[in-house]
Amino acid sequence: MPELHEFLVLGAVLFCLSVAGIFLNRKNLIVLLMCIELMLLSVNLNFIAFSHFNADIAGQVFVFFILTVAAAESAIGLAILVALFRNKNTINVDDLDTLKG
Amino acid sequence: MQNLSLAIVLAPLIGAIIAGLFKVSRTVAHSVTIGAVGLSFIWSVVVFWHIVVTGNGPFNETVYTWLVAGNIRFEIGFMVDSLTALMMVVVTFVSWMVHIYTVGYMRDDPGYQRFFSYISLFTFSMLMLVMSNNFLQLFFGWEAVGLVSYLLIGFWYTRESAIYANLKAFLVNRVGDFGFALGIAAVLMTFNSLNYTEVFEIAQYGEYKETISIFSGTEWSVMTVICILLFIGAMGKSAQFPLHVWLPDSMEGPTPISALIHAATMVTAGIFLVARMSPLFELSETALSFVLVIGAITAFFMGILGLVQNDIKRVVAYSTLSQLGYMTVALGASAYAAGIFHLMTHAFFKALLFLAAGSVIIAMHHEQDMRKMGGLKKYMPITYWTALVGSIALCGFPPFSGFFSKDAIIEAAHHAYEIREGWQAGFAYYAVLLGVFITALYTFRMFFLTFHGKERMDEYTREHLHETPWVVTVPLIALAVPSVLIGLFTITPLLFGNYFEGAIFVNPAHNPFEPGDYHGVLSFIGHGLMQLPFWLALGGFGTAYFLYMKRPDIPGIIADRLKLVYRILVDKYGFDRFYDWFFAGGARGIGSGFWQIGDVKVIDGLVNGSAKGVGWFSGVVRQVQTGLLYHYAFAMIIGLAVLLGVFVYIR
Repeated sequence: MPELHEFLVLGAVLFCLSVAGIFLNRKNLIVLLMCIELMLLSVNLNFIAFSHFNADIAGQVFVFFILTVAAAESAIGLAILVALFRNKNTINVDDLDTLKG
Repeated sequence: MQNLSLAIVLAPLIGAIIAGLFKVSRTVAHSVTIGAVGLSFIWSVVVFWHIVVTGNGPFNETVYTWLVAGNIRFEIGFMVDSLTALMMVVVTFVSWMVHIYTVGYMRDDPGYQRFFSYISLFTFSMLMLVMSNNFLQLFFGWEAVGLVSYLLIGFWYTRESAIYANLKAFLVNRVGDFGFALGIAAVLMTFNSLNYTEVFEIAQYGEYKETISIFSGTEWSVMTVICILLFIGAMGKSAQFPLHVWLPDSMEGPTPISALIHAATMVTAGIFLVARMSPLFELSETALSFVLVIGAITAFFMGILGLVQNDIKRVVAYSTLSQLGYMTVALGASAYAAGIFHLMTHAFFKALLFLAAGSVIIAMHHEQDMRKMGGLKKYMPITYWTALVGSIALCGFPPFSGFFSKDAIIEAAHHAYEIREGWQAGFAYYAVLLGVFITALYTFRMFFLTFHGKERMDEYTREHLHETPWVVTVPLIALAVPSVLIGLFTITPLLFGNYFEGAIFVNPAHNPFEPGDYHGVLSFIGHGLMQLPFWLALGGFGTAYFLYMKRPDIPGIIADRLKLVYRILVDKYGFDRFYDWFFAGGARGIGSGFWQIGDVKVIDGLVNGSAKGVGWFSGVVRQVQTGLLYHYAFAMIIGLAVLLGVFVYIR
């Protein structure tokens, strides 16, 4: 059984990967959504690790809630994405700058 | 008595309101105002009779208290003593004559009702001025006559020259009024009262602080300061050098106005003021010398300008300036009575001359250039004879009224020359003496050019020449009578009697008129015939006769020979040009400077600059708003990191 800090390092690595994904990805909005999911998962990993090592079940209950919310969020995100593609005919992140001041 | 005073003042005001504010017909307008001023005149005579002839003594009462601030009372009240009664009769009489005359002069003018409203309003203001018993009401009347004068000079407000002239008159008078207001403030500060009687009483017993420090470290006699400041006001209103420039230009107004306001009454307000303030002026030798010199300069140098003018009204205007100078000299020589005496005789004969000039102008179809007149004698006999009376009175040939008053002034100047030290009195004496020659010269130049000699008008005008209607000639005759007689009958009480006792105060050491030296009117005339002024006037008359009747070619040659002098005179010594350049131009320069720098650069710069600054800043800031998701995400992360860092660091 690995130690707690190994789980935490894994979570941090996953989190950093997903942040890097958000910054580096200039092409595809879907990748962006995936990165957000990954971020949530890394957080979940932390929750579970602490829950297990602290013998507190509340952390794992939290994970269920987060997974549910994440699923709903992805569904909405993908729906927006489809609507966006229909309007703009692109999901290229660089082209989506209508908020520009 | 109080009700009568109120009625005298208010009748012209009511007339002015009816004629001015209600849409009345021409007939109603002139009937109402002539009636109101006529009533004023009759009541004034009643008051005069009551105060002077039956000897009931002065009337001095407060009608209404306007406000009380601390222990200073601002009141409206009337003080009618012999001086005021005299002024009231003169003002209302001349005003009445001018009202009647206006019916003829303004017959075809579209502003007929407005005109009557203005002149009635003027009569009201002037009466307020002379009848007041305190400085505040005096100031009110003072400003009100200034306002009416402004309105009337610009009566034909579509003419550019009229607008220029009335603005000029108004601005120049402001300079004087500035001094006047300061003078009143000084009176209030020194005596803590605005009531004439109280002020004079305190001044007489010397119960006031005698020096004043205007700039730190200098001490001034408070009486000199007050008198000179008040006199600066008088200089503005009475057109004394160097504030004289507005009076000739004021001739842009209709002729009745020139007669009433700019010759007979309003311009004499300054003279009246100084005479009224005689208890103060007598206490300051310096102020009297100042008055003397200013008057002498005006009397002599402004008279000379009358010699080169070609506009008939302007000649009379310069003559008015010169005569006002005479009155001022009289005041400066402590001969207040002589000043007021000349004021009265001058009011009659100068109004007469102006109205005669106006009559000529009507006949000439509003042509005022004397070079286009001549030989009018046979066309307008009444105007001719009345103008002759006016001219002789102005020149001062006995026994016409001008002789007595002018001789008295010269006598007074001579007396001052004898008893006073310094050059001022001597200068004044010779200025008024030589002024007599000048007066006769320009008067008869005007007279000969207008009524005698070749007929220089064009054919059309000549065919339509005729005597003016009775509304014009009756006032002429009515004014000609006092112009001849008034001096003869009033000199004894006014100058040598005790007429002004209690109204005008003269230090016995200054008094030029010794009742003991006076042996009746006839001996005064006889004495005058042997004196220099009479021969100088005769010389002036002779010179004018020679130059403009015998050899009309000579004046042109003289002007040619003395080109430089002639130019200076035509330029009026350059005062107009200098004031235009220095004061008007300077003020406009400062104004446009403030506009260019203060307004355009500083204020607009601040306002527009702040707007521009905000625009520039937001232009920079909007670069941050890229619209790209990963930039926002980055900002969030960085922000998170910074916050975390801060919290961690603080812990």
